[in-house]
Parts: sequence; C-alpha cells; structure tokens
Amino acid sequence: MGTPGTVREHHEHHELGFIRKYIFSTDHKVIGIQFMMTGLVFFALGGLFAMAIRYQLAWPWHKMPLIGDVLFPETGGAITPEFYTMLFTMHGTIMIFFVIIPLLTGAFGNFLIPLMIGAPDMAFPKLNMFGYWAMIPAIFCVTMSFLTPGHGPAAGWTAYPPLSTVQSAAPGSFSAQTWWLMALTWVGISSMMGAVNYVTTIVKMRAPGMTMFRMPLTIWALMIAAILQLFALPVLTAGSFLQLADRVLHTGFFTPTNLLVNGLNPESMQAFDVAKGHFAGAASGGQPLLWQHLFWFYSHPAVYIMVLPAMGMASDIISCHARKPIFGYKPMVYSMCAIAGLGFIVWGHHMFASGMNPAMGMTFMVSTIMIALPSAIKVFNWLGTLWGSRIRLNTPMLFATGFVAMFIIGGLSGIWMAATPVDIYIHDTYIVVAHFHYVVFAGSVFAIFGGIYHWFPKMFGRMMNDTLGKIHFVGTFIFTNGVFYMMHQLGVAGLMRRTADPYNYETYRHLQPINQFISICAFLLFAWQIFFVVNFFYSMFWGKRANRNPWNACSLEWDAPSPPGHGNFDKKLQVFRGPYEYASPDTDDDNLRQTQEV
Amino acid sequence: MSSSTHSIAYDPAVDAPKPHHPVYDYDSGPPVDRGKFAIWLFLATEVMFFTGLIGSYVVIRTGAPTWPDPSSRLAVDLTAFNTFVLIVSSYFVVRSLQAIQKGNRGALLKWLGLAILFGSFFVGVQVYEYIHLVHEGSTPNVDLFWSTFYAMTGFHGMHVIVGVIWLICVWIAAARGKYSAENHVRVELAGLYWHFVDLVWVLLFTIVYLF
Repeated sequence: MGTPGTVREHHEHHELGFIRKYIFSTDHKVIGIQFMMTGLVFFALGGLFAMAIRYQLAWPWHKMPLIGDVLFPETGGAITPEFYTMLFTMHGTIMIFFVIIPLLTGAFGNFLIPLMIGAPDMAFPKLNMFGYWAMIPAIFCVTMSFLTPGHGPAAGWTAYPPLSTVQSAAPGSFSAQTWWLMALTWVGISSMMGAVNYVTTIVKMRAPGMTMFRMPLTIWALMIAAILQLFALPVLTAGSFLQLADRVLHTGFFTPTNLLVNGLNPESMQAFDVAKGHFAGAASGGQPLLWQHLFWFYSHPAVYIMVLPAMGMASDIISCHARKPIFGYKPMVYSMCAIAGLGFIVWGHHMFASGMNPAMGMTFMVSTIMIALPSAIKVFNWLGTLWGSRIRLNTPMLFATGFVAMFIIGGLSGIWMAATPVDIYIHDTYIVVAHFHYVVFAGSVFAIFGGIYHWFPKMFGRMMNDTLGKIHFVGTFIFTNGVFYMMHQLGVAGLMRRTADPYNYETYRHLQPINQFISICAFLLFAWQIFFVVNFFYSMFWGKRANRNPWNACSLEWDAPSPPGHGNFDKKLQVFRGPYEYASPDTDDDNLRQTQEV
Repeated sequence: MSSSTHSIAYDPAVDAPKPHHPVYDYDSGPPVDRGKFAIWLFLATEVMFFTGLIGSYVVIRTGAPTWPDPSSRLAVDLTAFNTFVLIVSSYFVVRSLQAIQKGNRGALLKWLGLAILFGSFFVGVQVYEYIHLVHEGSTPNVDLFWSTFYAMTGFHGMHVIVGVIWLICVWIAAARGKYSAENHVRVELAGLYWHFVDLVWVLLFTIVYLF
C-alpha cells in the first residue's frame, strides 16, 4: 500500500457493459445512487403505510378508499385490528431500516465520501457492492414478512418479547416475525460492510493536504455514524439471533417462567417437535427485559446514526449558501463526538417505565439531558453561521434551515422527555411519536431533501428546478408541522400510541377532531411529494446542465466533473485549506476552493 | 437573490471531463495496510457481537434461581483437550506467517495445513459433542442451561468454520504461489481473525464449561 502521501497513477480502460456498470457496479457513485433509489421507493411505501394508519385514526373502521375492497373483503373494506398492528410495525421498520439509514449512510455516505476527500473510490469497492446487494435479501425477507398470511409482524419496530417471541401472543406473528428478524439481520450485514469501508476510506485515502480537520463536516458526521454502527449494531445482531433462536429452536432467552399468553403456556404448548411428533415445550426462565437492553443499546445510537449525517449535510449546505465559513468548525466536530459518545450510555431512557432501579434511571436521565449541551452547540453554530450572512434562499438552503428549525423543536421536547417523572406520564403516548418524528422526519428527511437538491447536479450533471423545489419545501414544511405539532397536544391529553381505535375509551373521544386534522395534513403532506418526484425525474433528463461547481462551493467534490467519471477526478489534487473558505479576505473570489493556491 | 445569478453557465470546453486521465489513488493516515486497518475494525464489531452474547449469558445465568454445575452435564475433559488443540492451531498460524515473511513458501503450506487440520479437528469434536447431546435429549428447548450452551458454542463454532474455510482459501492461494516475502498481508489477515476466534473460545470455555 505504500507510505502515507504516496500516489499511484494507473490508467484503466473501462468499457463496461450495462449490467456491470449499473447493476453489479463497484463504483461508489452508482452504488450510492442505487441506495438512493431503493431508499426513495421504500420511502413511498412506508409513507403509504403511514397514510393507512392516519386514515384509521381519523375515521376508524371506515371503508378504506380504493384498495379497501381488495384487501379486506370480509370486513366490507375496513381495516382489521391485526392489520393496523402490522401497519405501524412495518411503517417504523421500513422508515428506519430501509429508508433513513440507507439514504443517509448508504446513499450519501457512498456518493460523498470518496468525492469529498479526493479518493477515486472506496477502499474496498467489491465489499461496497456486496453492501448494497445485502439489501436485496433484506428486502426479500421484509416482503415475505409482510405477505405472510395472518397479517404480518405485530410486535412493533421494537419487537419486545414476549409479544415477539411467543407465537401464541399475536395472531399473524408466526413466521412473519421470523422473516422480520432475518430482514433486520441482513440490513445489519449491509450496514456493517458499509461502515468498515467508510472508516477505512476516510482514514486511509484522503488526498494530499486533506488533514482530518480540513474534512467537510459531512465526512466527519458520516465517519462518526459509521463508528457508531461498528460498535452498537453487533449487539443488536446478537440479540436478534437470540430472539430467532427463541422463535425457531424454542430456547428461553426472553421467555419468563410460567408465562400464560392467550390461555396458553409456551413452556408446554409452543414448540412442536417434528421428530418426536408432539409438543416438546420451550425453555423458560429468561428475561424479557434483556431484549430491551440489547435492542436499545443499538437503537439509541441508531438515532444518532440517523441524525448526525443529516447534521453534517445541513452544515455544508448552510455554510455554502450563506456564503460564510461555518461558525466554530472544531466545536462542531467535538460536539458530534460528544453526541456519539454520550449516545452509548443513554439507552435506558427508553425503559424508564420498565421498573428499573431508580439510581440507574437517574444516571440515564442525567446522561440523556447532557446530550442537550453538544446539540445546543451545534444549533448555535448554525445560527452563528447564518448571522449577518448573505443568504441565498434556494431550495437546498430552505431545507437545511428547515432542518435546523425542526431539530430545535424535536431536540427541546427530548430534553424534558428525558426527565424520568415526565417520561413516566408521557411514556407510549403521542408525545413520543411527535418528538421522534420531529427529529427523524422534520429533521433527517429535511436534510436528505436538502442534500438531494444540493448534490443532484453532482450526481446527474443537471440542476433541479428551483421553483418546483421551493413549492415542494413550503408545502412540506407547513404540513409537517400540521401533522407532528398537533401530536404533542394528543400526547399531553394522554392518547396512547399503537391503538387501532382509541375512541373505544370515553376519555379520548374528544380527540378525534385533532386526529382528523392531523390526517388531512398527512394526506396533503404525502400528496405534496409529487412536486419532488416530478422535479427529480424531470431534472434528471431535461434539467439545466450543471457545470462542475454550480453553487460556487469550496469542498473537493466540486472539483470533479458533473457527473464524475470513473476514478472521479481528472487532475491531481493538492488540498491547501479547510472546506468553508467563503468570503475569504485572502482572495477577491467569493469562494476559496480547497484546491486553490493563493 | 435567486440561485441562477450565482451559477456559472455550463461550458462544455471547461466542464466536460478530460478523457483518458489516470486514476489518482492516494494514501493517508497511519502507515498501515488498508486491509489490516479494515480487519481490525471488523474484529471490533466481532468483539461487540460476543460482548452482546456473553453479556446476555451473564445476565440470564445470574438472574436464574438455580444453575446446574456444568461438569455434571458437559464433557469438560474432552473440551479441555479440544481447547488445547485450538490454541496449538493458533501457534501454527503464527509459524506460517513467520515462514512467508522469510519467503519460505513450503513452510507456509506446511504450517497452514497443520492449522487447518487442527481447526477442523476442533469443529469435528464440537459436532460430535452436539450429536451426542441431542441423542441424549439435551436440545436447546429443554432449559436455559442448554439454550445458552448451544447459543454460545454454536455462534463460536460458526466462526471457527468460517475461519477454517478462510484458511483453506489462503492455503490454495499459497499453493498457487500468490504470496511472497513482500506480499503476504492476506495470510496475516486470516491469521488475525483466527487468533481472535481462539481468544473468544478461551473466554467461552472458561465461563460455559468451567464455572
């Protein structure tokens, strides 16, 4: 491999066929776009699930328009309670494991890392390809889980046992939950291969002069997210293997003694021993709470995997379109490290209602509230970047600033939610739903939209239409708040989540109008995305041609052609400075590129 | 201000990629091979995987009201011998790496072959033990002792099988003369994984069989 700083120039002639170039590609740009397309298709699917949830909550047991007669002939077109349970399980699963994580780390991670550090490709292009192709069995398994007779998995995206491990606990959780676990495992394998590749590429393949502290914040964020995946994900993998064993081999890791579910005792009834031809009984004595620890040990850091790259991309977009260096570059890096480090010791705040030792609850509460500190540093640095700047209010900037605004709301509710006494009251209510969606939809998805508008010219060599983009933003922003802001009200009123028909309870009947308002906003939000879809495909083929650096940005990816060819850069690179030298006093130019010698 | 006033017009002469340019590949960071860097990251994920498993084992075992004495249910002597075999195979892997560092391909094949043989022996004994236990009726669904026993040794066993296959691949490449005194990083990568699998076994043997 040679010593650091060496460069190898090799000429390659690549005349690849269609299949090698676009399907089994080892090129990081193609793989990134593959992840993006897959993620966007699943985004639409997960969105449809959300629409069905919203329809049920606004007008419970009404005939579902268009598809009701096909899906539910026996109920006259209305949804069934089991189907509702499947809907929110699959909505969460798909949005987290098939949309946000693949879009942020898979799509943007793949596309941006080599381009932003000046590398010709990832360190291990074939491993990268397998990383995408591991998503295919994952998609197969999750589809099988969805199609299983009996209405799919029913344990929520968190898969808490015994609901998830005992087959008699939920109708339809027989093989659906097993498929679901295997889907999760494949997604994990994909993420793992990606994460090893990203960290190696960032550490080992930077262009000359590109020191760690000259890297764009997007790269820092992606690297920290990859490290989180490396250390947190295997624990969930271990846990989901144990859960698989509980379901398939009838072990008893998560099954407590003397459990009675729907009148059945899993110890005597659950396992049908094919060899002996009778019910053999499952082991028991295990601990359901153990799964919650294993699950949240990954899934809380996963929240930061879902938001750190969004923060990084928002930083790059804001600095570029504010035409100002990012305010406090190093504090931004350190605060991301702090968020990631603290992120490992806060998982217990998902379990305050599980009856944990108060001393432990206190510890988790304090460490959670401490995350507000680095998060606030980031927010104030974004505001400091915007302060007194010459803002270009185009679509990427709108989405990036929208991300900051929404992240503040989601972050603030996170602080008081972390306080144990508050959490005990609001646990499993719509406040949690509101908080989470403010961070992940209004936060990460806004940053993803901003990132697509910002890097689209680099991906496809054409600009997206700015007017359509602004229309997309305005509607998305208004309806997002219409949906999720009102959920706070529902939560304070005590409305439980994961309930197919809350109006069975007298207490919640007066909340139906709010739910109807939310649902109408949600339908409009979903329909509004047509502006994005049209813009995306129209611009891909007929958009205005983009030059190498359409935004007059400073970072390295804009030195490559749009779109970059094989090997990315058609010249030798030397980096002289950081990525945010906008309005530098050293030059008359508006932007001082990283490769520009003064 | 609209973005269009900022963007520079597309000029094919300037913006089109230059044809037939070389691929520039830079090295940065610590002077470690990329593959070696990546394998350490991978081993870190493996450490976390087994941490999850061993952690679960400890939680389940300490939470259980009673726990049988492992020696009353398991063939501790046989497994102790098997542990010794696995450790010796690790030593053979070290010798094979030393051999190729000196450029001695014959010795590489010999030591690597011995490591594969000993590794396969370990797997064989494990399989024998499993068959024996299942015939006795000690399947994973009997109680938590057997649940944890099969989970812990099973996941480790799969790692050993992967390791043996990996070593066989390296052995075939070595037989074809792919490695030399200058180029042997792949031998080292397989070796690192093998040592890791050994180390995990020493821990597992201690907590599952001895205590």
